[in-house]
Amino acid sequence: MSEVWTEARSDARSRASRRVRFRGGPALGIVLPGLPQLLAGRLAAGGYVTALWVGLVTLLMYRWERVWAAPTGALDEQIAFATLALGIAGALAWSIRDLRKGRDPLPMSRSQWGLASRAFRKNRVAVLAVGMVAFFYLVALLTPFIAPFDPTFQGDLLADRLSGPSATHLLGTDHFARDIFSRLLYGARISLSIGFVAVSISITIGTLLGAVSGYLGGAVDSVIMRGVDMVISFPRLVLLITIIALFEPSITLIVVILGLTQWPQVTRIVRGEVLSLREREFVQAGAALGFSRVRIVLRHVIPNILAPVIVAASLGIGDTIVLEAGLSFLGLGVQPPTPSWGTMVADGRNNLLGAWWISTFPGLAIVFVVLSFNLAGDGLRDALDPRLRS
Amino acid sequence: MSLLQVDNLRTWFETDSGTARAVDGISFALRKGETLGIVGESGCGKTVTSLSIMGLVPDPPGRIVEGSSVRLNGRELVGMSAGDLRRLRGNEMAMIFQEPMTSLNPVYTVGNQIGEALRLHRGLDRAEARRVGVELLREVGISDPEQRFDEHPHQLSGGMRQRVMIAMALSCEPELLIADEPTTALDVTIQAQILELLADAQSARGMAMLLITHDLGVVAEVCDRMLVMYAGQVVEAGTVRQVFGEPRHPYTRGLLDSLPGRAAGARRLRPIEGTVPSATEWPEGCRFRDRCPHAWERCAESPPPLLVVDGEASGRSSRCWLEEEPERRVAPRPSPTGSAPQRPGRPR
Repeated sequence: MSEVWTEARSDARSRASRRVRFRGGPALGIVLPGLPQLLAGRLAAGGYVTALWVGLVTLLMYRWERVWAAPTGALDEQIAFATLALGIAGALAWSIRDLRKGRDPLPMSRSQWGLASRAFRKNRVAVLAVGMVAFFYLVALLTPFIAPFDPTFQGDLLADRLSGPSATHLLGTDHFARDIFSRLLYGARISLSIGFVAVSISITIGTLLGAVSGYLGGAVDSVIMRGVDMVISFPRLVLLITIIALFEPSITLIVVILGLTQWPQVTRIVRGEVLSLREREFVQAGAALGFSRVRIVLRHVIPNILAPVIVAASLGIGDTIVLEAGLSFLGLGVQPPTPSWGTMVADGRNNLLGAWWISTFPGLAIVFVVLSFNLAGDGLRDALDPRLRS
Repeated sequence: MSLLQVDNLRTWFETDSGTARAVDGISFALRKGETLGIVGESGCGKTVTSLSIMGLVPDPPGRIVEGSSVRLNGRELVGMSAGDLRRLRGNEMAMIFQEPMTSLNPVYTVGNQIGEALRLHRGLDRAEARRVGVELLREVGISDPEQRFDEHPHQLSGGMRQRVMIAMALSCEPELLIADEPTTALDVTIQAQILELLADAQSARGMAMLLITHDLGVVAEVCDRMLVMYAGQVVEAGTVRQVFGEPRHPYTRGLLDSLPGRAAGARRLRPIEGTVPSATEWPEGCRFRDRCPHAWERCAESPPPLLVVDGEASGRSSRCWLEEEPERRVAPRPSPTGSAPQRPGRPR
């Protein structure tokens, strides 16, 4: 019964897609990218593109003068400008290409990645989570256009201090009469980029060390793995606090330290993968063809272990953001007046009952971002691990 | 002069249960353009022999024991620096593996992998590598080579992947090709095609081939000479015609008797009793003694050397005391001695 229904529905969907394609679909696609796909029943792809396009164009109209001045402005404004332009152009290009290609030719890629992406797209929660992650990064990049105030701008300390959410201050103000919404946006840039850069560092180190350790084995393996054991045996938070206490806290220091203390987990995962990969015959075949060990590790081993590394990275970013927030909350992370979610939560600590909005919104932001990363990571793991594919 | 000269090759592995003497003193020579088959049961040291020649024995736990010698074109490979050895691999000697399903890297296209070898060893640029690569694919009998060049390994069947592996091995015109059970994982019709392909490629290039297999039919089909290995040693050597016609070593005879259609009059196959001993504890004396129908006291007392059969000129040898005491060959159980020479046909 339900099977028949599903079949009928998917049949209707593909008919719809064909109809849209033949009756002025492209024209509609230019006016509102994603709309033809939405009408064809592809809610996820169409919805994302439509939302992206509408959001960016709205932003362009409301903040016209800022966008106009951006190309000659500061670096972050230039980046925001490029993001906006690329986003608008990309949405248009995707929509048109997708329509021209149609969705009927479906000799789906049967490669490892093709199968994984199909499995991933079935997992709605994970698709949503990836959309959220993309949304957060987009907002972070576009912050100079979105934020109504400068994050360090103090309003009238008598009138605007600790005022609740209103039309001017969407999420209220803190005890220095600074706009929470703006600070939240600028804080997103800090938190997300710390997460991203720190995890990039740890993934790079971890993958290289793990691959070398697993592939070479023997003494090299022992040395590297004992190093891993040593770093892991320190309680991480205590180690971080100690190191930061020794130096002047700065964003660079935090990124580097977070990156340098997280690689052992990645190293372990990668080493395990490489150990099993080393016995695969294409690795031996490479050696039999006279490839150097460096070439075998970089070109033949590492690309085959990217799946678990990607999963570790997406879960790691969530962890790192929480850890950074924790450090900032303790006052060891990002230093005021630079906004960071952890510091903002700490700022609201003393007024939690009177001015709940100071701590609540950055706290919610942390929860949502980390949740998105973890759900996306879980989804990736399910999709990339053939054993978990149903 | 022989292209490949192996003398007293011993490759041992250090394991938890002692030293495994996987290859324990084997010697043979291979001339240009010749095909030598190495046959034996699983665990007799065939594959370790080929890996030792290529210098691919994992060290640790494995090592090639001092006093071993492997000479390619007169150059000693044992003890050669890793870099020099690497330059020889792919260029002068190449190897094909048993399992075509996993011998290609799943993340790259076929062309990318053939091209990598060509660019690395022959210094071709991308366009040239593509041209030569497509040509190689055509040579190994892949239809639509232009299109296959851009496909991933998982899009090819096992037989086609093995063809691709052969193309990669041939890409740099090696003088020596080692094929380690190249057809074991393939079905029978494909086996015959692959063997034919190997034979053609070999005669076209005047390449020497070392064919390692447990399939006597394959040896009979392709090889000029053969070695029979047992427990890390060569137990019998000779031309294919000689060995199949008149097996001298009881083990070789046992192998031939266990082939269907070979044991004259027997309705059931006659297996060799017992199993191969463990490489960490080869028996004293003759290593085949426990399974041998002829064994007597002498076999336990001293291990037989590889004894020349029918005079030096014949090139035959057998590691059995029966060569010195032929009167004992009267078998304790019926065996088809002196039956008409008959080469087992490969199923086609």
